[in-house]
Amino acid sequence: MIRAHVLICGGTGCTSSGSKTIQEVFAEKIEQFGLKDEVKLVQTGCFGLCELGPVVIVHPDGTFYSRVEATDVEEIVSEHLLKGRVVDRLVYADTGSDAPVEGNVSLNDTVFYKTQNRVALRNCGVINPESIDEYIAMDGYAALGKALTEMTPEEVIQEITDSGLRGRGGGGFPTGRKWALTAPNKAPQKYVVCNADEGDPGAFMDRSVLEGDPHSIIEAMAIAGYAIGATEGYVYVRAEYPIAVARLQLAIEQAREYGLLGKDIFGSGFDFDMHIRLGAGAFVCGEETALMTSIEGNRGEPRPRPPYPAVRGLYNSPTVENNVETFANVPQIILRGAEWFASMGTEKSKGTKVFALGGKIKHTGLVEIPMGTTLREIIEDIGGGIPNGKKFKAAQTGGPSGGCIPADLIDTPVDYDNLTAIGCMMGSGGLIVMDEDTCMVDMAKFFLEFTVDESCGKCTPCRVGTKRLLEKLDKITKGNGTLEDIDELEQLCYYIKENSLCGLGQTAPNPVLSTLKFFRDEYVAHVVDKKCPAGVCKDLLQYVIVEDLCKGCTKCARNCPVNAIEGAVKQPHVIDQDKCIKCGACVANCNFKAIIKQ
Amino acid sequence: MKSLAELQAIRDKMQNKVALREGTGEKRVVVGMATCGIAAGARPVLGAFVEQVNEQGLAGTITVTQTGCIGICQYEPVVEVFEAGKEKVTYVKMTADKVSRVVEEHLKGGKPVAEFTIGQQKA
Repeated sequence: MIRAHVLICGGTGCTSSGSKTIQEVFAEKIEQFGLKDEVKLVQTGCFGLCELGPVVIVHPDGTFYSRVEATDVEEIVSEHLLKGRVVDRLVYADTGSDAPVEGNVSLNDTVFYKTQNRVALRNCGVINPESIDEYIAMDGYAALGKALTEMTPEEVIQEITDSGLRGRGGGGFPTGRKWALTAPNKAPQKYVVCNADEGDPGAFMDRSVLEGDPHSIIEAMAIAGYAIGATEGYVYVRAEYPIAVARLQLAIEQAREYGLLGKDIFGSGFDFDMHIRLGAGAFVCGEETALMTSIEGNRGEPRPRPPYPAVRGLYNSPTVENNVETFANVPQIILRGAEWFASMGTEKSKGTKVFALGGKIKHTGLVEIPMGTTLREIIEDIGGGIPNGKKFKAAQTGGPSGGCIPADLIDTPVDYDNLTAIGCMMGSGGLIVMDEDTCMVDMAKFFLEFTVDESCGKCTPCRVGTKRLLEKLDKITKGNGTLEDIDELEQLCYYIKENSLCGLGQTAPNPVLSTLKFFRDEYVAHVVDKKCPAGVCKDLLQYVIVEDLCKGCTKCARNCPVNAIEGAVKQPHVIDQDKCIKCGACVANCNFKAIIKQ
Repeated sequence: MKSLAELQAIRDKMQNKVALREGTGEKRVVVGMATCGIAAGARPVLGAFVEQVNEQGLAGTITVTQTGCIGICQYEPVVEVFEAGKEKVTYVKMTADKVSRVVEEHLKGGKPVAEFTIGQQKA
């Protein structure tokens, strides 16, 4: 009889830190200690605390073990599983208070989890994503059953509309209205498309949902199909997400076997089936019209709207296209009602939002919080703050299409409208945290490099414009810029925004515009003072030895890879600026803090 | 799948199996499983609790778990029952045979089996 479950994270983050091996060792040790009939090993999706992976949870106690290594497994099995003694040294128990923690700490009391409210991620890290039965045990497919047997398509759309759910891919278009616009259009075939082409650097929300709870997407797409009168669905997912693709494929097969996809589902006469299409990794394919063009087998390029997909989408038929996280909310709304969903969040942004925390933050990982939570809570409480005692400088939301939120706006409640108001955007949920060591001009340049690479080339403002933007930024970071360059940069940004064909070009200048808005002084420092305040841009940087502090130990000279440092023993040394490649090796090796960046 | 009843059947069957992870147990049965407990026969006691709680469909409200040595090794196997708002009940010198009465009278009936508790033991 099973008395304990050992949950091992099988998300991409933990898999890359070795959770597969740990699972094998667990299986071996459990067998060795004769616990095979008492302890069940379950591979789950992402728990969210990727920074501390590989993560293992032991139930029924709910003990959360972090950074488990293969060599720790025997101790967990022999101590915890066999003798009931929790292995304290591996437990994550950061409750935010300084009081020492005794015994077992409920996961929900830890700082990382206590302010979270998991709706889209409700099953991630709880169920085995490869078992349809476990999904059903968590009320899975009950929403589909309810929709098909108790509700009319109009009622389903009304429920979604009333809930206030908005597109989680970044645009924030009301989901109910999208469905309502598609439903009345007559056509022999309509489609439901799930956008899982998560391309922003630093975003991995959709991947985690697909890896941890693939059935919720299948269920939601079938509900959407019923609501708008579509019988076929496509999930467009990146080929770079092999685990997500495999689990989704398995889930589709299981659902077909159970008759939850196919003909006459729940005896209602409604048919629905779906397919996976793999994306080749082009960022532009996350744009809805380009995505549909790509599904059709053509080169992934956007086309002008209107006509909108609601009228003419995939294969020229009316199509509803929603993002993974949007779909993940749908079954819960049908089951628990629009009112429940609308009770969370702010006036115009209902429900919760999943964020992928990355960059200079302690708890890199995945969090789901009610809309309207302040950036301060996300970064300082849930995220655990900035590592190494550095100061928070800004956070980038929306990846290469978004903007930054500077430190003095850290108390902004995060929702669609507040972020738009400060020239930022919600985006799909990537949240990259930057500390005082980040140069904002360099950061804007990084995102521009990305959009230049990813521009599909169809329209000139985006293809040529972003390239020119990048050249200007490059000039500025090299110390060759002028004040006129900054003005021209700004003008060009607005031109690209207004004239580009699709969302990629229209949003590509955002990182430049928002850094110009909040950190214009840094741009000015680059062009007027020829200095990089954060000490990042190499061309504007000098390493200098402070004469008074230098003891003449020769250590820096011996470690300089290009022999740029000269000086006699016990005499102050000097760096030859012409030879110096600014690698920083001398700073790292100086025992007297005598070398400074300026 | 042609009816909601089929879905419900799978759900009912599976719910017991995942209830263990929910952590919503209103009552917690904790079996001492240190070396002393195991030597005195705690394993069959734990097994009996798990089995009977599951068989009777109580897994959603009762959590069966284990702990280390609580210091009264001469009374092992020791089983403690925790319930919110009530005083802890400590059963001592448990055997697998005694488990069914605890499940029936205490966990389901709400009345501790006094004769198995530590208070009834003669030093």
